[in-house]
Amino acid sequence: MRLDLKLAEQWVKPGSRVLDLGCGEGELLAHLRDHFGVSGYGMEIDPDKITACVGRGVNVIEQDLNRGLKNLRDNSFDTVIMTQTLQAVQHPDRLLDDMLRVAGEAIITFPNFAHWKTRFYLTFRGQMPVSEALPYTWYNTPNIHLCTFRDFDALCAEKNIRVLDRLAVNGDQQGTALMQSLPNMLGEIAIYRITRKQLPFRVAT
Amino acid sequence: MPSIIPADSVGLVTPQTAQFDQPLLLECDREVQAYQIVYETYGTLNADASNAVLICHALSGHHHAAGYHSMDDAKPGWWDSSIGPGKAIDTRKFFVVALNNLGGCNGSTGPTSVNPETGLNYGPDFPLVTVKDWVKVQARLADRLGIRVWAAVVGGSLGGMQVLQWSIDFPYRIRHAVVIASAPKLSAQNIAFNEVARQSILTDPEFHGGHYYQYDTFPRQGLILARMVGHITYLSDDAMKQKFGRDLKSGKFHYGFDVEFQVESYLRHQGEVFSRNFDANTYLLMTKALDYFDPAREYDHDLDRALAHARCKFLVISFTTDWRFSPERSREIVDALIHEGKHVSYAEIDAPQGHDSFLFDIPRYTDVLRAYMTRIATEAGVAHAA
Repeated sequence: MRLDLKLAEQWVKPGSRVLDLGCGEGELLAHLRDHFGVSGYGMEIDPDKITACVGRGVNVIEQDLNRGLKNLRDNSFDTVIMTQTLQAVQHPDRLLDDMLRVAGEAIITFPNFAHWKTRFYLTFRGQMPVSEALPYTWYNTPNIHLCTFRDFDALCAEKNIRVLDRLAVNGDQQGTALMQSLPNMLGEIAIYRITRKQLPFRVAT
Repeated sequence: MPSIIPADSVGLVTPQTAQFDQPLLLECDREVQAYQIVYETYGTLNADASNAVLICHALSGHHHAAGYHSMDDAKPGWWDSSIGPGKAIDTRKFFVVALNNLGGCNGSTGPTSVNPETGLNYGPDFPLVTVKDWVKVQARLADRLGIRVWAAVVGGSLGGMQVLQWSIDFPYRIRHAVVIASAPKLSAQNIAFNEVARQSILTDPEFHGGHYYQYDTFPRQGLILARMVGHITYLSDDAMKQKFGRDLKSGKFHYGFDVEFQVESYLRHQGEVFSRNFDANTYLLMTKALDYFDPAREYDHDLDRALAHARCKFLVISFTTDWRFSPERSREIVDALIHEGKHVSYAEIDAPQGHDSFLFDIPRYTDVLRAYMTRIATEAGVAHAA
């Protein structure tokens, strides 16, 4: 099973409402709908992918994420998912705020620019890294805001965002324990589950 | 003239007429005692009547949406690009119904009909019908045809407004709503254009307060002007640039007011043709129906609340160069539906043809519509008829 589907299964509650930003052909939403009674919408700008969603019966809204999510109400979703898109939007920080405004939790994945192969590539070849996770050359890449685990942790701290889960993966493989302990060096793809909700008060016993 | 009918055409069709004798109370508080509605159907209604699709027409549309009336027809129905065997609205799967709305001038009761009480044409005495009234009539036609629930109600522009009204007024009688190049209400600018169109008709000396039938004339010039101004709003700046540019009819300036530029010639021709085929009172009535449409008005001007009644799924489509009902207007509908947690998909089609885009076979538009309609057929378990 595709890793994003597996993780979503783990993190998205059955019957909940989900917003999938950059939903592609709607595989994830269709899967969650068919097996877990999840409802919601995808957002996409690619015409063919939108048609594919429509053909699947997945609700898809043509919307450019650079315009933000102003049209959505506060807390109108349980979970918002964004796969490999954060680094390609104009204002990732603002979009992040918007995501946690419209949903209680966000699941975000992005390529980790501090992966050892990327560092190696830049250090020894002196060129912008090209890899499976970053398949573009510098002049045609949509990835205008690349970042690392540490960058994202820092942004979350600055914004008072709580990280519920953090996973490092390579390709479609969930990483080893070693990778989880050194994610910034060993993880090609970063996966975060975050929220703005604060921990409930602990009642002293 | 179609020397051979294309294989993906519904072929030769014959309009039918339904007579209704149960009085209809209109939104304006007036009553129509009896009326007739002309309509066409394409395809076959299945045993459980689950494959019926209603097509709602726009300002100057009518019941003849697809196919030909005779082998001498110059053109097929107004939405032939989308309705037919193998087309986006596939008549091998769906039973498609298209009607001429009440107040129309193509066979349904309207201003040109004879008022049985006076023996004269209704003319300006025909009540101003609204989108809500039309939908009521369409529901009666559905009853007559044995259609309890529409698999889909589909319409562009003013037709899309009827679709929205269906979703609000008859939530249990519509499973899917396809709203194309439409708006939840007219803007001040939209109303302004309609008012210019109306004034050109109303001030034409041949209008005679709307009783022109009795003088054996009609406000030809007024209709031409109305259509010319309307037509400008249906096209985009780009489409006009592409089609006409600044091309001159004879290649040089004549320093006068006769037709010189191609665009002038085109507009005059469109107006001319339209004035011969459309009734001025109906035009006035249709523009008022547009102006009055505002389903949110009953709900403190809250569109979310108006659409909260809907139970169907929606497909909303807009076109980038449509400035009459721009994509922003469609997004108002989409946002309200999202706020209410309704099922909705939205596609913004990049097309140069302006508001008129919804009548064309634009590949991406046709693809999305086809994908949606195919999904409806699958959900409804509609088998592919031979």
